[in-house]
Amino acid sequence: MTTLTQTQAETRAGLLPILGAAAFGIGLLFFTGFAQATVFHDTAHDTRHAIAFPCH
Amino acid sequence: MFQKILTSALFAGVAAGLIAALLQFWLVTPVLLEGEEYETGAKSHYAGVLVINEAEGNGSEGAAEEAEEAEEEEAENPRARHGMTAAVNVITFTGFGLILVAGFALASQFGATVTARSGIIWGLAGFIAVQLAPSAGLYPELPGTPAADVVLRQYWWVTTVVATVVGLAFIAFGKAPWLPLAGVALMAAPHVIGAPHLDGYAGVAPPELAALFVARTLAVGCAAWAVLGCIAGHFWSRAQAA
Repeated sequence: MTTLTQTQAETRAGLLPILGAAAFGIGLLFFTGFAQATVFHDTAHDTRHAIAFPCH
Repeated sequence: MFQKILTSALFAGVAAGLIAALLQFWLVTPVLLEGEEYETGAKSHYAGVLVINEAEGNGSEGAAEEAEEAEEEEAENPRARHGMTAAVNVITFTGFGLILVAGFALASQFGATVTARSGIIWGLAGFIAVQLAPSAGLYPELPGTPAADVVLRQYWWVTTVVATVVGLAFIAFGKAPWLPLAGVALMAAPHVIGAPHLDGYAGVAPPELAALFVARTLAVGCAAWAVLGCIAGHFWSRAQAA
């Protein structure tokens, strides 16, 4: 029982940084790939076309 | 753990982003810039073939002026433009890298090890999920290609990427025999629903140019993702061993 609880706790502790890193990555991609504000769109225009993000 | 993921993703993202940018400048940007000449009206698709174009006044004065302005802007600042493209590539591939290495870390919780070599497979899976699968519905657009509402396309794109990632994970790691089948069904679902498209075709660039653009974006994307996976796998396996 103790072992099981410990394993679950370790798994949860391991998941948090993984989710954090993935969320950080998704945040970066939002600005380079998705944000429609002119400044983001114009800066990222050629990259968006080259990676085939829906651009405009 | 977070720091391990961050370090591997950063090294791999910067390297893959720079390589992606170099490959784009070589293979994609020239096609993209030529596509923009058709978009602005500086060039006309049938100009060399049909004299009718001139009689009908294709590439009207207004459009030609606009094109000149755009060209002037481009001539003034090509370095800034391409510098931005390189920087955005680095940030984008760092974003991809963070998600990819988060995937390594998740897999390692279930006992999977990732090396530079198996990282290439992860990278190629990322390419399939993020570029190849969405392209089957929303082809990479040469500038000047009219398309459906951008927000609808973004929804479809995100849905397809998520469905493909989960589908591929089911195929790669699913233990129950039905899981790979469910994975295939998940990957197919967005294409069964169908991507948002306009009725009819109204592209201004020659089909040859658009085809070349699509083929090259996919080829360059494939190479960049393989590099991302390889380098991320290398740094991840070193960090795990340390």
